Amino acid sequence: MSNNILVKLKKAGLHQNGKWLVRDVSLQVEKGKIITLIGPNGSGKSTTAKIALGIYKKIEGEVEKYTTKVGYVPQKISIDWTLPIRVRDFMLLTENLNDDTVDEALSLTGVIHLKDKSLGNLSGGEFQRVLLARAISKKPELLVLDEPVQGVDYTGEIALYELIKKISDELNCGILLISHDLHTVMSATDYVVCLNGHVCCSGSPIDVAENHEYKALFGDQASQILSRYEHKHDHVHTSKGDIKKN
Amino acid sequence: MFDDFFIRALIAGIGVALVTGPLGCFVIWRRLSYFGDTLAHSSLLGVTIAYTLEFNIAFSVFIISSLIALILIQLQKKTNLPGDALLGLLAHSSLAVGLVVVGFLTFIRFDIMGLLFGDILAVTTDDLLIIWIGGPLILLVLKFIWKSLFASTVNYELAEAEGLNPDFAKAIFTILMAAIIAISIKMVGLLLITGMLIIPAAMARNLSDSPKKMVIFSVVGGLLSVIIGLFTSLEFNTSSGPSIIAAALLLFILSLLNIKQSIKLKN
Repeated sequence: MSNNILVKLKKAGLHQNGKWLVRDVSLQVEKGKIITLIGPNGSGKSTTAKIALGIYKKIEGEVEKYTTKVGYVPQKISIDWTLPIRVRDFMLLTENLNDDTVDEALSLTGVIHLKDKSLGNLSGGEFQRVLLARAISKKPELLVLDEPVQGVDYTGEIALYELIKKISDELNCGILLISHDLHTVMSATDYVVCLNGHVCCSGSPIDVAENHEYKALFGDQASQILSRYEHKHDHVHTSKGDIKKN
Repeated sequence: MFDDFFIRALIAGIGVALVTGPLGCFVIWRRLSYFGDTLAHSSLLGVTIAYTLEFNIAFSVFIISSLIALILIQLQKKTNLPGDALLGLLAHSSLAVGLVVVGFLTFIRFDIMGLLFGDILAVTTDDLLIIWIGGPLILLVLKFIWKSLFASTVNYELAEAEGLNPDFAKAIFTILMAAIIAISIKMVGLLLITGMLIIPAAMARNLSDSPKKMVIFSVVGGLLSVIIGLFTSLEFNTSSGPSIIAAALLLFILSLLNIKQSIKLKN
């Protein structure tokens, strides 16, 4: 199914100022799949995402990219006050979209009312929603989300993760997600890559949860969180509302 | 009142202001004012070379400024000195070398004041041609790289990730800076060109809430500065460059009233 691959890293790594930020990362993002990078601070998650995006010019290993329609939500972005820019201007930053498309994306992330506000006057959570709206508005094939819900309130967080899952289904785009929140992410993730300067372990959420390296890195509790989403059902709910034993 | 030289100066000034408006916005957004200054200082060397080799001034200045920009990039890569120190080094050393060369050129009548501060009497029909061919060309190229340049001004990584060309846009923009300095040196003078870039754009920032508005106000501010400045220059026999920049400053001060107003509205 090689034609479903959007971006593929082969033993990719980045060596900067005499040290490896991350090395030997092999992974691929496919259409309609969500792949999540987890790992402690400084484990190379953002670096890996940037390698996949082609931001770094001098990398080790190989990156094969099969799409140019990319949406990116960076981890950190600061808007300089010298730049007068409103949300509506920001939405058109990398692509010219019509008004309806912009409105639709802003409505999906719940910030349509901020369209004429200056970017500098948004709160952290509002700005995060605008960033996500901008990334999805151009209907990308590959979406790279680096902690997309940081600073968003709890109910908003759940809604945004649901939205991300929906986008992946509707647009059939591949998503490379970086997140700290094991609870919310795992329910939607198809594949998990656990990083710690290199690929520590990877697989479906349940495989990773049971991996001893993952347990060593995150502790037993985190492992339980992951596996909770993969528990076995011994019964099914029929459409009439009654319960049928397997 | 309307002597030929004055009409020429006016047409030249308008041509310059149309270009410095949009470029000036990027100079402010990308914090390049000192970079612009460095290129402008180095242009004296370009002028002296033009005189020595009997070469077109604008063309010679353009080449020297581009060269200085290239040297700067190389120095940034090869040394551990901070950017502002490198800029200062290049600005003052190229100005010094330029002045030393001027000292040797005793056989040529040299209006050094006109060179430093601009001289409307010196604007020839050839200069008009250079401004009105070079200017629109600069704007055309700027329009072409606008998206990449603007997106990377907001966030480099975002622009790079989503398929734009920030490095290319940056390189081209550097060339455009050298070009605008080359075509406007006779009007404004090499010590004040950066003022022409920055002050109308700074005024525009005070009046704008979007990038497009800022560009438009910056152009309008530049045009007004040129017109007011040149009439003052004619009336009171002052140097054209300082008169234009002083007019721009006046507009900037007026624009501050708008800030006070909007702060009051917020409270």
